[in-house]
Amino acid sequence: MNARDTNEPARAEAIVEGYNFAYLDEQTKRMIRRALLKAVAIPGHQIPFGSREMPLPYGWGTGGIQVTAAIIGHDDTLKVIDQGSDETTNAVNIRRFFARTAGVRTTTRTVEATIVQTRHRIPETPLTDRQILVYQVPMPEPLYRLEPRVAECRKLHALNEYGLMNVKLYEDIVRHGSIATTYDYPVIVNGRYLSAPSPIPKFDNPKMHMNPALQLFGAGRERRIYAIPPYTSVRSLDFEDHPFEIQRWEHACEICGSRESFLDEMIVDDKGKRMFVCSDSDYCQEQVAKGAEATQTPHATQGERA
Amino acid sequence: MTPLLSARGLTTRYGARIGCEDVSFDLYPGEVLCVVGESGSGKSTLLNTVALRVPAAAGSLDYTTANGESLDLLNLSEPRRRLLMRTEWGFVEQNPRDGLRMNVSAGANVGEPLMAVGARHFGKIRATASNWMGRVELDAQRIDDLPTAFSGGMQQRLQIARNLVTGPRLVLMDEPTAGLDVSVQARLLDLLRTLTAQLHLACVIVTHDIGVARLLAHRLMVMQGGRVVESGLTDQVLDDPQHPYTQLLVSSVLPA
Repeated sequence: MNARDTNEPARAEAIVEGYNFAYLDEQTKRMIRRALLKAVAIPGHQIPFGSREMPLPYGWGTGGIQVTAAIIGHDDTLKVIDQGSDETTNAVNIRRFFARTAGVRTTTRTVEATIVQTRHRIPETPLTDRQILVYQVPMPEPLYRLEPRVAECRKLHALNEYGLMNVKLYEDIVRHGSIATTYDYPVIVNGRYLSAPSPIPKFDNPKMHMNPALQLFGAGRERRIYAIPPYTSVRSLDFEDHPFEIQRWEHACEICGSRESFLDEMIVDDKGKRMFVCSDSDYCQEQVAKGAEATQTPHATQGERA
Repeated sequence: MTPLLSARGLTTRYGARIGCEDVSFDLYPGEVLCVVGESGSGKSTLLNTVALRVPAAAGSLDYTTANGESLDLLNLSEPRRRLLMRTEWGFVEQNPRDGLRMNVSAGANVGEPLMAVGARHFGKIRATASNWMGRVELDAQRIDDLPTAFSGGMQQRLQIARNLVTGPRLVLMDEPTAGLDVSVQARLLDLLRTLTAQLHLACVIVTHDIGVARLLAHRLMVMQGGRVVESGLTDQVLDDPQHPYTQLLVSSVLPA
């Protein structure tokens, strides 16, 4: 089942001539790397950069794709996920984009990847210190719904005045009885900067804390880059009497039976029949394979999940 | 006793025009100072200068903090200034919409200053907010309503609660009763008088309403054309006005 790379038409994977390695020119890549170095030096702080126009629309990962282009090398192996899946349009296209413009190896397996570009999820498989996680960020400023003035937002960051963020959480509790923010849940990085973790579910927030992998965030439209260096503390905001909690499901994944992973709820027919499956497709297949090894019975049909 | 706030020769200019010029006063803890004068006389400019919202062109402004430290406000660093505003000062805007966050509930509005100074216990923040809503005579049952659901007078009282919740020592008010109908004004004034006395608050209140000044103020400053033309104890100024403009102002009040 890991042979999916070879299933894609060979022509689509062929390297195209006429582009610089990984599409962007070297000066642009240097500029982005300088921003990345600054970002790593000040964990969680947003660094402006000269975002280029990319051959995909804003909102589709222009920030992430530029960060990936700036850090990718010939020896890297790239994995791209969108909502946890390797098979969605965005993931397939960005993976193919780098396969064609950089000629790098691509994979769908988390353990094989050296760079994972992601939208909306952190892989369930724990990352190592040899991997880099690149996030696509639509809105890097966690305060923007509360404080529309950009200059004032910067001031709040500079002076470490983050009481405002708790006003939002307070409103959540008032209206919903608990903190109802479930994605893009605000975090404090390294005990200092308030950051938006991009629209990952809050289920993934604890994975950011002390993660061995380097985490880079690119926002193309907003022209900001920020980073969480390896082994950096990431604390989700909360109240003393309403502590941070992650989502839990009563169901197990219907394909692999996992109770540990983030589940997607899918409606499978017109009568509203539901099915809960892992959002991380690679993790799900691994669990199925493990199950198959254990029972020595092939799960041919289950391994085919798209 | 050292004054809480001490201004000397305070001048603010808007380009070549004068906002306020050469204003000096001392404000002692627990004292209510009213600034009266016609529109354009520089009252609001003076208040904004004192609140450090408008840069002063000349003069000095000193403040004594709760722990006895004397601060030169005009040369205060921004972090220090913001901390002071959060912890020891309040500012009540003329229009409550400017001083409130209209898209979050009343409780969050009152709780925000607490969260800004580090409160992180939902239950306690809520209890304090509820208590303060009671103190400004708002129905604590409506703690989860948006300010837009409140009347003008209620919004103004909510704004006052929001400003007093952190226990400030100095509150600046810009025409707090303007735009309210007479009966609501009377209640608000009564409330303000009670609160300032109870909390031993020092206040600078800008108003064009002599009635407000007479009811609330210990001392009065009369401004005209950016200058203070007369100042003194409220009753003294109002009952025995010396300056022609003050005489005009006092005599133009409609008899009740």
